[in-house]
Amino acid sequence: MITHTARPVVTLEHVSHSYGGEQGGPPILEDVALAVREGEIVGLLGRSGSGKSTLLRSIAGLVRPSSGELRFVPDAEGAPRSVSMVFQSFALFPWLTVLQNVELGLEAQRVPAEERRTRALAAIDLIGLDGFENAFPKELSGGMRQRVGLARALVVEPSLLLMDEPFSALDVLTAETLRTDLLDLWGEGKLGIASVLIVTHNIEEAVLMCDRILVLSSNPGRIAAEFTVDLPQPRDRLDPEFRELVEQIYARMTQRAVVPVALPGTQPEHGLDRPLPDVSINSLAGLIEEIEAAPFEGRAPLATLADTLQLEIDDLFPIVETLQMLQFVDIDDGDAVLTKRGAAFAQEDVDQRKANFRRTLETHVRLARHIRVVLDERPSHQAPARRFRDELEDHMSPDFAATTLRTVTEWGRYAELFAFDDDGDLFSLDDPA
Amino acid sequence: MQTPGFLSFSPRRLKVRFGWPDAALFAILAAAGVAIAAGVNDATEPLAQLRLEPVVLDAWQLPRYALLTTLRLFAALAASFVFTLVAATAAAKSRRAELVIIPALDILQSVPVLGFMTFTVTAFMGLFPGSRVGVECAAIFAIFTSQAWNMAFSLYQSLRQVPADLDEVARGFGLSPLRKLIRLELPFAAPGLVWNAMMSMSGGWFFVVASEAISVGHTQIMLPGIGSWLAIAIEQRNLSAVALAVGAMAVVILLYDQLVFRPVIAWADRFRVEQTASVAPPKSWLFDLFRRARLLPAFTAPLRAVGQMVCLLEPARRPIAQQRQFTSKAQKPAARGMRLWTVMVSLSALAATVYAIDFLHQTLSLGDAWAALRFGLITLLRVIVLIILASFVWVPIGVWVGLRPRWTSRIQPVAQFLAAFPANVLFPIAVVAIVHFHADPDVWLSPLMVLGTQWYILFNVIAGASAIPSDLREAAQMFGVTRWQWWRRLILPGIFPYYVTGALTASGGSWNASIVAEAVSWGSTRLRAQGLGSYIADATTAGDGARVLLGIMVMSVFVIAINRLLFRPLYRLSERRLRLS
Repeated sequence: MITHTARPVVTLEHVSHSYGGEQGGPPILEDVALAVREGEIVGLLGRSGSGKSTLLRSIAGLVRPSSGELRFVPDAEGAPRSVSMVFQSFALFPWLTVLQNVELGLEAQRVPAEERRTRALAAIDLIGLDGFENAFPKELSGGMRQRVGLARALVVEPSLLLMDEPFSALDVLTAETLRTDLLDLWGEGKLGIASVLIVTHNIEEAVLMCDRILVLSSNPGRIAAEFTVDLPQPRDRLDPEFRELVEQIYARMTQRAVVPVALPGTQPEHGLDRPLPDVSINSLAGLIEEIEAAPFEGRAPLATLADTLQLEIDDLFPIVETLQMLQFVDIDDGDAVLTKRGAAFAQEDVDQRKANFRRTLETHVRLARHIRVVLDERPSHQAPARRFRDELEDHMSPDFAATTLRTVTEWGRYAELFAFDDDGDLFSLDDPA
Repeated sequence: MQTPGFLSFSPRRLKVRFGWPDAALFAILAAAGVAIAAGVNDATEPLAQLRLEPVVLDAWQLPRYALLTTLRLFAALAASFVFTLVAATAAAKSRRAELVIIPALDILQSVPVLGFMTFTVTAFMGLFPGSRVGVECAAIFAIFTSQAWNMAFSLYQSLRQVPADLDEVARGFGLSPLRKLIRLELPFAAPGLVWNAMMSMSGGWFFVVASEAISVGHTQIMLPGIGSWLAIAIEQRNLSAVALAVGAMAVVILLYDQLVFRPVIAWADRFRVEQTASVAPPKSWLFDLFRRARLLPAFTAPLRAVGQMVCLLEPARRPIAQQRQFTSKAQKPAARGMRLWTVMVSLSALAATVYAIDFLHQTLSLGDAWAALRFGLITLLRVIVLIILASFVWVPIGVWVGLRPRWTSRIQPVAQFLAAFPANVLFPIAVVAIVHFHADPDVWLSPLMVLGTQWYILFNVIAGASAIPSDLREAAQMFGVTRWQWWRRLILPGIFPYYVTGALTASGGSWNASIVAEAVSWGSTRLRAQGLGSYIADATTAGDGARVLLGIMVMSVFVIAINRLLFRPLYRLSERRLRLS
């Protein structure tokens, strides 16, 4: 069993990072401290925007953090550490064969051709790619491609293997096979690496693979929680202890997302300074219906919901949070519970839903109400979108402002609160006849 | 250049014996070697020899002339490659270089460099006095100026669009800049570069006539080649000689298309980044032959050896993970340096402009500027009208072809051939016709401007029409839309982005072509159409450097203005509204 006394491979302290140079944009990472020790698989779990990829790339040396300290600790014999990385997109060179792709890292280290070939063939053999040496990546299936990615990363004999959502571009079955193969090789000590750091947004995957899970919070990314997984390998998804841990992590990850509690007598409201997520009406309505129907009957544990709907947390959480912000749903200890209004919405017909949603927008989404008020005030009942974009950009990056405006446009159109003309980039009260 | 994927042969193949593909391959390479040696031998003769053996309209000499012209084209293409590698890499890697190189390329691309021939010939002849090499260099340089810019642009754009994940792999493994270039950047850029090299080759033909028959002061030098042959044939009103030259060109274009470009395109197909096998990969019999030749690894071994030697020369690098152990509070002092650099570059550009205007001011008056501007407007009118006319002809045809895949694959090579064909060799026929019918040259010389450039519209429309998803077409069919609706709602929006690209290229090319198209001769008959092109052509003939410079400056301003004011907004519109994805 790994203990916290095992020798560290890499340690990070006070690592912060923000894009955009000196003035600095919004921080991506804030005061992150972590250590990866010999013999453990560590999972970095977080949603998009939590900076987990940035953190991984800082360790890989691909990103230079704005401040902080990152130290590789030499091993017991004093040999320096090295890292290599497996990519979500596989990142294979399409014009190189499998063998040449695997040899790439050795070539950069100026390993002699003979030795290069021997070592590459050994890695290909280990990872189950025999017979594909001369294939080009485009001839391979996704799973085989990621095997090449793995072989390429392993052949340089890194101390620390960095994996950036390595299985998320694969279908469920292929991902499972690859995970199992990797864990088997790791368990048998055949990988020749000291430790693994894996970034994922899949909670089950993290619990399945890791000895330790670090949960990163979003905007800015901080280490919000740490879970130790003591279950013996191979782990069983249906094991009650396994489920328990998965649900705990779900609860922990949704906990921070709670909207600031409103003072008694006031309406909690989504202000102009906060971006709206890219969530469509159909997803909102779909999830409300799902929670309302059997077997959940109005109360659904998020872990089970994600499982049933086959949704990654990056897909599920924004919808849940939006429902929570619009007060269609409450979050209670990792469960999504329909509010009275949410339950009503599930029962209503199209026109009633539109009316319901319109009232909701007017009370809970400041931006939507703001646009409506401006349109009402103007004699022409028209207003350029530019104006609202500028207002938003006072508080957020242009990208977020664009997404926010796109979302509020879709919502407003659905609720028939206002109309929008893309050609003129103009909001109006016109009802297109 | 080491060519990575090309060398991917399994060791097993080496053991097999010599076969007929090897014999064929050997024969082709040997023939190419002999041809190059003969050409170089020819080109290094003393200049005086040209007076003893002037270019004659002798059909037996035509193959030699064709060979020499082809070698010049390829020499220019090679020079363009070297220039592209240096300029584009510098621009992509260094922001300071970028600040200078990219605007310069942008201007050079739209400037008719043909006008500068007079200056460059003198310079090159000074470098190699008494030898033909100087004149050859001047000719090659003239062709080079028509080929290099778009290739450099293509490489620069590719280098900036290298997929982020592949770039991270290269950085993560600590690949040296050189290795990264060979392993990642050049392969990624290869398809675009090959395509642009083909386009450049076609563009080069246009300049062959002008570059081989060179007048220096009062003496005229005729380099042996198809261009000189044509010039003489036109002067002697020898129509059958013109026809022979046209035939020879057709044969040469067909040959290098089959022997050089088809194999290279088939080879470059592997560098496309799409991770799926392409639906109809380009085919080439010669490339297949190459692949079947078992001795190929032996042929490419020297190349590989050179590549490896170069790679050995570079300093050893350690992978990133060990190199770095930082405690950082990074500050960037680079910003101020960059600002200083920007100011310096702007000042030099300003100084150059002031100098040029001052130079013009000494010999020319403001009236000359107005005259040039007026001629520019006339040529602008011609370009616009012709592009519109060409669109009316080629858009329907292109759509018809593009929607029929069987025809597309048949027509596309023909269209490419036509585009490669230098339209200026057909000009004499136009002169004969205009004289015969007593037509107005101001009107009837104009179509010559688009003769060579209209194909770009056709190409792009075909590509656009074949990219329209079949489900959209089926939907349109099911709803029984009217003919007009079909065009307005489906086809025109579908091809619009492609059409804009085609029209942009065609219009740029037409401006350049105006220099040769607005002043055409047939023996002693000289026809002129009023315009900026003939203004520059006349000034060049008269050796009036100031007017050449003025004309070129005015033309550049026109071309750049049209690109900025018309085509850029159209591009943006099509990006925003009409992308089918």
